[in-house]
Amino acid sequence: MDHFPTNWGRPRNDTVDAYNTYPLHQRPDWRPKDSFADGIQRTQQPIVTGTSVLAIKYKDGIMMAADNLASYGSLARFKDIQRLHVVGDYTILGAGGDMSDFQHIQHTLDSLMIEEFSVDDGHKLGPPEIYEYLSRLMYGRRSEMNPLWNSILVGGFKDGKSFLGYVDLLGTTYSASTLATGYGSMIAQPLLRKAVEGREHLITEEEAREIIKTSMKVLFYRDARSLNKYQIGTITAAGPKIYEAQSSETEWSFAEGIRGYGAQTQ
Amino acid sequence: MFRNTYDSDNTVFSPQGRLHQVEYALEAVKQGSAAVGLVSKTHAVLLALKRSTGELAAYQQKMIRIDDHVGIAIAGLTSDARVLSNFMRQQAMSSRMMFNRPVPVNRLVTSIADKAQVNTQEYGRRPYGVGFLVIGQDQSGPHLHEFSPSGNSYEYYAMSIGARSQSAKTYLEKHFAEFADCMLLFRLLATILSYFLGSLEKLIQHGLYALRETLQQDKELTINNTSVGILGPSGVDERNVKADGSFRIIEGAPLRFYLDNMKPKDAPEAPPAAVPAAEPTEPQAPPTEDVQMAEQ
Amino acid sequence: MTSIGTGYDLSSSTYSPDGRIFQVEYANKAVENSGTTIALRVKDGVVFAVEKLVHSKLLVPESNRRIQTIDRHIGLATAGLLADGRHLANRARDEALNWRDMYRSPPTVKAVADRVGQYVQAYTLYSSVRPFGVSAILGGVDKDGPALFVVEPSGVFYGYNGAAVGKGRTLAKTELEKLKISELSTRQAVMEAARIIYLVHDDAKDKEFELELSWVGDETDGHHVQVPRDLAAEAERLAKAAVETFE
Repeated sequence: MDHFPTNWGRPRNDTVDAYNTYPLHQRPDWRPKDSFADGIQRTQQPIVTGTSVLAIKYKDGIMMAADNLASYGSLARFKDIQRLHVVGDYTILGAGGDMSDFQHIQHTLDSLMIEEFSVDDGHKLGPPEIYEYLSRLMYGRRSEMNPLWNSILVGGFKDGKSFLGYVDLLGTTYSASTLATGYGSMIAQPLLRKAVEGREHLITEEEAREIIKTSMKVLFYRDARSLNKYQIGTITAAGPKIYEAQSSETEWSFAEGIRGYGAQTQ
Repeated sequence: MFRNTYDSDNTVFSPQGRLHQVEYALEAVKQGSAAVGLVSKTHAVLLALKRSTGELAAYQQKMIRIDDHVGIAIAGLTSDARVLSNFMRQQAMSSRMMFNRPVPVNRLVTSIADKAQVNTQEYGRRPYGVGFLVIGQDQSGPHLHEFSPSGNSYEYYAMSIGARSQSAKTYLEKHFAEFADCMLLFRLLATILSYFLGSLEKLIQHGLYALRETLQQDKELTINNTSVGILGPSGVDERNVKADGSFRIIEGAPLRFYLDNMKPKDAPEAPPAAVPAAEPTEPQAPPTEDVQMAEQ
Repeated sequence: MTSIGTGYDLSSSTYSPDGRIFQVEYANKAVENSGTTIALRVKDGVVFAVEKLVHSKLLVPESNRRIQTIDRHIGLATAGLLADGRHLANRARDEALNWRDMYRSPPTVKAVADRVGQYVQAYTLYSSVRPFGVSAILGGVDKDGPALFVVEPSGVFYGYNGAAVGKGRTLAKTELEKLKISELSTRQAVMEAARIIYLVHDDAKDKEFELELSWVGDETDGHHVQVPRDLAAEAERLAKAAVETFE
């Protein structure tokens, strides 16, 4: 008999204790094992992946965008995956990388927000707090040699302050007024910087939309793991909002003259 | 040997549904010297009476800083207080690390209260023998909480714990409307008054008067036996207070400013005469000899 | 009482010769000494009301709550030892989150009440612990609509349309029975709940009290939250008027 009732107090786990027989004589220990105790192999690569996420600061807050594709290798496997996620009343998350890991992160943060809702003492988690928590989560996992394979943008607006931050599978963090993950960090980031930097407080929502649209279009032309269907999310004093999916006008006739496009003639 | 059949351990309810062991733990708090806490719209203060075990002994510490925005005053078993305050510090640090925010005071108090509750329900443990007054500040301003060994915690405008704390409570109940922001009329009054008096100084003054009520006959508040803890913007007699008004403890000579301005107890109507401050340290015997752990 | 001095009432692991567990009965006494807590399960939600006895005028109003939130859609109100109530609420939150971890869906109120009941029951089995000194009312709106359960110190839980625990439960139950509960809206239920709390409060015997109200249902988008201040004030005003005419 386990005479320490604090040991009884673990939340029920139906896989382990389906018939609710606790307190048990010997409660099975299903805690994670020491990384170096056995020969085990952790995630070496992402499986179902999302590509770039873009985000910029503008006059009223933050605008973020990500397409709706989840690829399986080079296969365009799922074409209606939402990669933007609202956390609480002030924050939006956008993720590239492994989509199952991202779903896990969404669940973790949703659980956190329910805990916070339950406390109900007026202390709400804002974007910087959620970003810090997420950073600790990512860094903690990479330190266990078991990373969550994502790069994530956290955008938010609370108490008149906008927030934009990046965190990835290594736990690396940085902030800037324009951010992009994955392929977008190479292709779109220079465009965003040129359009936004130094003008953050002047850019209107329409202008911000144009900047994002242009960059998403360029990314669709250049990135073979992208889709011409994406969603924009904004977070302003009015709260977070994720819009319906949209697509860009594209023009492919120039491609006829490109070697390697279409059927090979020589 | 026992007062009744149901008071020898904490896992037994009395037929009336009471927990005698827990009630006795609350008595342990009353063995410690008094502490008083008050809040206004801008400040929170703690005041405590320190004891020393003899002429050669130092006065025992009554106040502990938890974080920049939280401080506590203790009454009861000091060693229990050290365990719990350590836990509070860990919680505070963990909040800063995990969320990059100062821990909300109410959650900090609740966390130790939840810890204390476990010790009232399980065999082989005893309830903690210490009570806290916790002051803290956050976006919604300064707060005062009481923690007690029963696992209860409450928020107050003003409160006192420890030996003879009832006298201090009586004083506070009579005067709290003058400093707490509970009523609009008084809030206005307090705002006007604070222009002339300085709201912090007034708050401390009330605290000192309340604390004085807990003294034994012929004892006085001195710079040696008094501790003051403050949260909020700098007062007129303070130096080097950080802009965020973080927690600081005032002891020794700097207390003279506050003690000297007290009216003598017997003549409350008299103008603020300078009370001869800094009585030479007076040894006080601990109240009970048979208790093993130091009580403060 | 026949139990006292027999030695059969010192542990919940001991039966008395006639098969009773006195420690659990004593735990119920702790509940009976506390301020009244009631809840109503009406057509579009659940309403909680608590008579929170105020032991000092130095207390900050609206702090030190006795109604707690377990999940977005579930609330819990307790009568009995306050600290035990918080312990139980923490456990209920763990169970609710654990359900979400397992099934990726919001738990039903019944599922949470069931698990909390099992937990409470475990504390009636051993001499190394004492039973919980609380009766907990769990209520919320889930996929099957509004639901309301009371978990007692023995670990049993029953479903109710109207529940009352604590000091004034007998009078409160009579009042609840007079209502056509299933025809009320949550708004009406707030008024009735406030009235009943004011009615059962014993001015002569008890300290002052603060009325604590919360609700969950269509009005709140399915979230368990405090009743908005203006509505609570209105309910309190009507309650005071009703009690005066009642007397």
